[in-house]
Amino acid sequence: MLTLVYFAWVRESIGRDEERIERPAPGTTVAGLIATLAAREGGYAEALGDPTKLRAAIDQHFVPLDTVIGEAREVALFPPVTGG
Amino acid sequence: MKRVAIQSGDFDMAAELAALESLGGGGVASFTGVVRGESGLIALELEHYPAMTAPQVDRIVDEALARWPLLGVSVIHRFGRLEPGARIVFVGTASRHRAAALASCAFLIDWLKSHAPFWKKEHFADGATAWVAAQAEDEAKAQGWNA
Repeated sequence: MLTLVYFAWVRESIGRDEERIERPAPGTTVAGLIATLAAREGGYAEALGDPTKLRAAIDQHFVPLDTVIGEAREVALFPPVTGG
Repeated sequence: MKRVAIQSGDFDMAAELAALESLGGGGVASFTGVVRGESGLIALELEHYPAMTAPQVDRIVDEALARWPLLGVSVIHRFGRLEPGARIVFVGTASRHRAAALASCAFLIDWLKSHAPFWKKEHFADGATAWVAAQAEDEAKAQGWNA
């Protein structure tokens, strides 16, 4: 299983802040996961339809979207951060 | 001295600065970010990624410690609902050299803007809300430290 966590408007559009899914096929990238999720019903397409607006973290480290998920426990999807 | 705090509550500016001053370096620089009193804005809501925020800010602080000769670094970042005038973030650095204190302080706040997992949502008096969009210039400023 793989835990997905969502933040900011990604979380709001999807309507949940966390979920667990079956582990994607070996070699699946974050971008591939996003494309699969965006095909779901509900707010997923709205939240994830435009990957250029998204950033990601694997196991609490920022990663480019072309990163392979591998054996990660947690993938986070969110808009560009606005801290400070 | 390294201090990283991610908290909902306010902090004591005088105490934070005094802690840095007590290190004996001779130079302390600081930056405080405050919620702007823009027209119609009644609150700024800061969301963050609890499992990642403190470790990530810690990594940013380590980067500053590796780049400059610092005696102390303090970063406090608040989350939750903050009203105009409320403090959001504090960055303080102590060094024997003022240039190091000032430059590392600027580096830290630039990097926090584009490398710390926080998201800001504006709440307006008429009930409207809006997520603050990341600014390309903020990313450019952060990347500028890699030049």
